[in-house]
Amino acid sequence: MFNTNEVLETIDMIEREHLDIRTVTMGISLMPCIGGSAEKTADKVYDTVCKKAENIVKVTQELTREYGIPIVNKRVSVTPASLICAPFANKSSLIGKALDNAAKQVGVDFIGGYTALVHKGMADYEKEFILTIPEVLANTERLCSSVNIGSSKSGINMDAVKLMGEIIKDTAEKTSARGGFGCAKLVIFCNAVEDNPFMAGAFHGVGESGTVINVGVSGPGVVQHAIESIPDADLTDLAEMIKRTAFKITRAGQLIAREAAKRLNAEFGIVDLSLAPTPARGDSVAAILEEMGLESVGTHGTTACLAMLNDAVKKGGVMASSRVGGLSGAFIPVSEDIGMIEAAERGKLCIDKLEAMTAVCSVGLDMIAIPGDTKASTISAIIADEAAIGMINNKTTAVRVIPAPGKKVGDEVNFGGLLGRAPVMPVHGDCADKFISRGGLIPAPIHSNKN
Amino acid sequence: MRAVLTVVGKDKTGIIAKVSGFLAERKVNILDISQTIMEDYFAMIMLVDVGGASISLSQLAEECAEMGKNIGMSIHVQHEEIFNAMHSV
Repeated sequence: MFNTNEVLETIDMIEREHLDIRTVTMGISLMPCIGGSAEKTADKVYDTVCKKAENIVKVTQELTREYGIPIVNKRVSVTPASLICAPFANKSSLIGKALDNAAKQVGVDFIGGYTALVHKGMADYEKEFILTIPEVLANTERLCSSVNIGSSKSGINMDAVKLMGEIIKDTAEKTSARGGFGCAKLVIFCNAVEDNPFMAGAFHGVGESGTVINVGVSGPGVVQHAIESIPDADLTDLAEMIKRTAFKITRAGQLIAREAAKRLNAEFGIVDLSLAPTPARGDSVAAILEEMGLESVGTHGTTACLAMLNDAVKKGGVMASSRVGGLSGAFIPVSEDIGMIEAAERGKLCIDKLEAMTAVCSVGLDMIAIPGDTKASTISAIIADEAAIGMINNKTTAVRVIPAPGKKVGDEVNFGGLLGRAPVMPVHGDCADKFISRGGLIPAPIHSNKN
Repeated sequence: MRAVLTVVGKDKTGIIAKVSGFLAERKVNILDISQTIMEDYFAMIMLVDVGGASISLSQLAEECAEMGKNIGMSIHVQHEEIFNAMHSV
């Protein structure tokens, strides 16, 4: 029989502390869809996604009822579309539209994989594909895009970095009526992972099998509550408590992932244990850092607290599941975390500090609104800085910034829902034009030569 | 298939009678019961077998939650595996 306290603890976590399965993401290989023409391929892409993900909403609803744990998002990720579109790159938008329509048909809120991997070099067809991104993001609702521009093994493709600064600006312009919303669906990666279930950066890597289920678990509120329960503990005990909590959360995720995979005729891929905040109060990573003893997130000590949190989360997660993957760690998206939003509004959190934080947590500069008149080369330089942190530290870093058209520091952009609202944050005014225009490849670091 | 049913709320007479009667009507077999009062709050955990039940686990969860509302208690029915997964190494 079960221990009463354990049973009630689980129910408390779900009812009061926002424990949930943040996403059940089905990864689908589109390789078999490549046909003789863009039109034929688009039809096959639509049919494949609709068929494979047909029951994803139904099955996740069933699981929610049976296990009593909410599954917040259902999503689909696909093979990087630049590969599927290679023979007819100028018509890539047809594939984008097919993916968006398929997402709508099966009832998922986002579909990821309008993606190009150009971390070492950019083929002509990839460049042509990337140039379609702004238009495609402006004309679709649910499609997400990502581009990998660097890796620890290959270095940083600065030609791609330069291009992506321009693409982000263009995407913001083309979606200016909605505050540059398109940029919220576009992630620039260094060391992108192939099994990430979280949007907007999810895609289904070419090393993956045909159809897999990856699950992202979350629970900033649960961790915050666990820390609150031992207010005077030293940091060793605190780390232990976080680890244990992460263990429990991951176990719940693994259970759902296995069961979902079975019912959807897919392989169980990975559990991504990430502390992914939402704009809801009590679901904030910033609040965890403040609970550790900081007056405000962004002050001195923030990086250390985040480093400990991220590491403890990983350790608990690895112990709990044989298949931990994705990004697994703490997310610090500004617009999606009420604590981060408020700290930014109070002027307590700046981009430079966020950049330092990305060196020790699982992702990068995420969901940050910057002034609409920020130059493309400045955005490229922000991407280069983030990529350098990822490349040297052998970790994933990403940039998802929104140069909000017509907005300046102090204004706010509101995307609504899970994407939240973002105060426009200042960037440095001195330009990096010459550096960005040099192009070429920043060579891979010495420690990449491990063979 | 086994599930864990929890009933939490302010203590009053007839809770167990109501819940067990409700389960019997749906042919849900009770395997084990543990019940305590914590600071006026009634907390009961039942291990039940829904293998022979006349309705599915998800239907049972919905109906129990509804019945709970009617008697002012919070009732959850969840597959037992969620607790095994989270609380045992």
